Amino acid sequence: MANLTLVQAINLALIQEMERDDRVLILGEDVGLNGGVFRVTEGLHKRFGADRVVDTPLAESGIIGASIGLAMGGLLPIPEIQFEGFLGPAYDQLCTHAARMRTRTRGALTVPLTVRVPIGGGIHAPELHSDSPEAIYTHVPGIKVVMPSSPYDAKGLLISAIRDPDPVIFFEPKRIYRAFREEVPEDEYTIPIGEARIVREGDELTMVSWGASVIQCMNAIESSGRDIELIDLRSISPIDMPRISASVQKTGRAVVVHEAPMTCGVGAEIASRIMEECFLHLEAPVQRVTGFDCTMPYYKLELDYLPDAARIEQAVADVIAY
Amino acid sequence: MPVETVFETTIKRVSILDEHGRFDEELGADLIPDADLIKLYSHLVTCRHFDEIAFKLQRSGRMGTYPENRGQEATSLGAAYALRKTDWLVPCYRENAGLFWHGLPMEYVLLHWMGDERGNEIPSGVNVTPLAIPIGTQMLHAAGLAWSHKYRGDDAVACTFFGDGATSEGDFHEAMNFSANLDLPVIFFCQNNSWAISVPTRIQCSAPTIAQRGVGYGMECIQVDGNDLFAVVKVVRDAAERARTANRPTFIEAITYRLGDHTTADDARRYRDQEEVEMWKLRDPLIRLRNHLDAKGLWDETRQAALLEKAEAHVVDVVKSAEEIEPLPASDMFANMYKAMPAGLEEQARAMRTCSLGRFPGETADRAAT
Repeated sequence: MANLTLVQAINLALIQEMERDDRVLILGEDVGLNGGVFRVTEGLHKRFGADRVVDTPLAESGIIGASIGLAMGGLLPIPEIQFEGFLGPAYDQLCTHAARMRTRTRGALTVPLTVRVPIGGGIHAPELHSDSPEAIYTHVPGIKVVMPSSPYDAKGLLISAIRDPDPVIFFEPKRIYRAFREEVPEDEYTIPIGEARIVREGDELTMVSWGASVIQCMNAIESSGRDIELIDLRSISPIDMPRISASVQKTGRAVVVHEAPMTCGVGAEIASRIMEECFLHLEAPVQRVTGFDCTMPYYKLELDYLPDAARIEQAVADVIAY
Repeated sequence: MPVETVFETTIKRVSILDEHGRFDEELGADLIPDADLIKLYSHLVTCRHFDEIAFKLQRSGRMGTYPENRGQEATSLGAAYALRKTDWLVPCYRENAGLFWHGLPMEYVLLHWMGDERGNEIPSGVNVTPLAIPIGTQMLHAAGLAWSHKYRGDDAVACTFFGDGATSEGDFHEAMNFSANLDLPVIFFCQNNSWAISVPTRIQCSAPTIAQRGVGYGMECIQVDGNDLFAVVKVVRDAAERARTANRPTFIEAITYRLGDHTTADDARRYRDQEEVEMWKLRDPLIRLRNHLDAKGLWDETRQAALLEKAEAHVVDVVKSAEEIEPLPASDMFANMYKAMPAGLEEQARAMRTCSLGRFPGETADRAAT
């Protein structure tokens, strides 16, 4: 066991998977000598060489498109897109090709790639370095989307993603890259994609979140003193609805929290599914505490934009009082 | 003849004031009047000081991430000087000197990096687009802006700036192709500063020059010493003339160097040799121009001291104006989403909440009572 940050846990998972399987390779902008702009790939270039940790030309569509080819060629590429705001140029390759290759070829060609992408706000970064586009990719069939909220989960989820036979976008919440440490086993372990985690149990209300917002939820729960069950989705696509439904059927109340804008966010899907699956158990309308339906503001206003403990607590109070 | 040469090309490089102080009279004689030269040098010095202060603001926690411009100021300034105020500058984010010359107030750039969107509220009549944070996407906008002027029948042109790394992006190639094939008055100004964060130019382009990329699109292309203000002015003036009179784009590769880190979040010592940096410090465009002015008897230590004093005072005012701007209300994030704000958004802005409960005062209490 080692006491690791999220960055270090991801780095460890990459090292272990690269050692275990020489089909695994990393490619992207500044991932080599520089070790990535967040130092997630620190030391890997030296350890595995320039053939397996590859600095590519500066082209996100190229990085994903070439990764699709590498994957169809039998390798297990881990492309990095430097910030979620730069996924735009890669969208075409991800959604037009990676997501469809298996179904389009009836399984003859598959794309087992793991796209690593830092995501989210709260670090005073420039424009397009603070967005939360997870819902966009969740909406696209054929892609899996995961986002850990702790170092332990990060390692296990990343190993699952690398071994997954389909394309997975592995979002890394940069706000908590180094926010805290956690015991992370040296031995390999996996966390199944599609399985949510009950962070804490409770009977009064179910709170669902993922990524850095889980920390805000914990803060809100602690200061509210309420008996709240907190579910960390971990896997956004597919969503672990059985776990959410079981919880809401127990508590009768639900609040979903995410950084992304509200409209057509992942919270909308969860609220809708709760309505479908838990209708007769609900004591109050499902509520969402999310980013606003406006462009992520520059950092002077980012803390006003991101859901914080106070906003979450207010929603909890309203739902319980309903 | 079964195999014949159907096309051959050469790439020319323009240098007027070289790093050893040699000045080409034939090309450079009437290029920049002395009075303008003094203004340009003064501007460069002021911009360099601004850059140093911006760096310090970041280091002392008064500003967010900032990309130093140090070392490559002559590129955008030479271009802006060679163009007209009616022309467009379509920058990436390391063109302070050119943007300021073109009319963008200095405090706007500070506000931008201070995370304040008022830094993008470009004053009317200043033909510049906002700093482009994603790499290599803005060149297509230059093509469209140039197109709009061609469409209306005036002779304004658009000059877009980008780095060597950006020439790897697909949008760059689309912008080149559009401009060449639709005959658009665009100037593609590539600032080849050797590094795209940690990645050297060789990973972006394995041809001997980046300039020759333009050949494939059938456009004029030229390489220039980007730390030579005279040479930059010359090639941009030629390109602007070609754009205005013939609606033909030009691709310019300016050889320059990023003396600082990529941004304040970067540490270039991890990936490049200090020796390389030291070599490029000797090619600093400011030193070169200063020596030239000295040799022409246009400058001396007294004037330099006075200029520095003026630059320092000016930048103090700029910082003050950026830092003392009134705070933004949180509701400002909604203010410019649409011309007319949709009702649902207005509700979010008013309540600063997304959950529906509690949006209407008294609702929860009413429910509790029933």
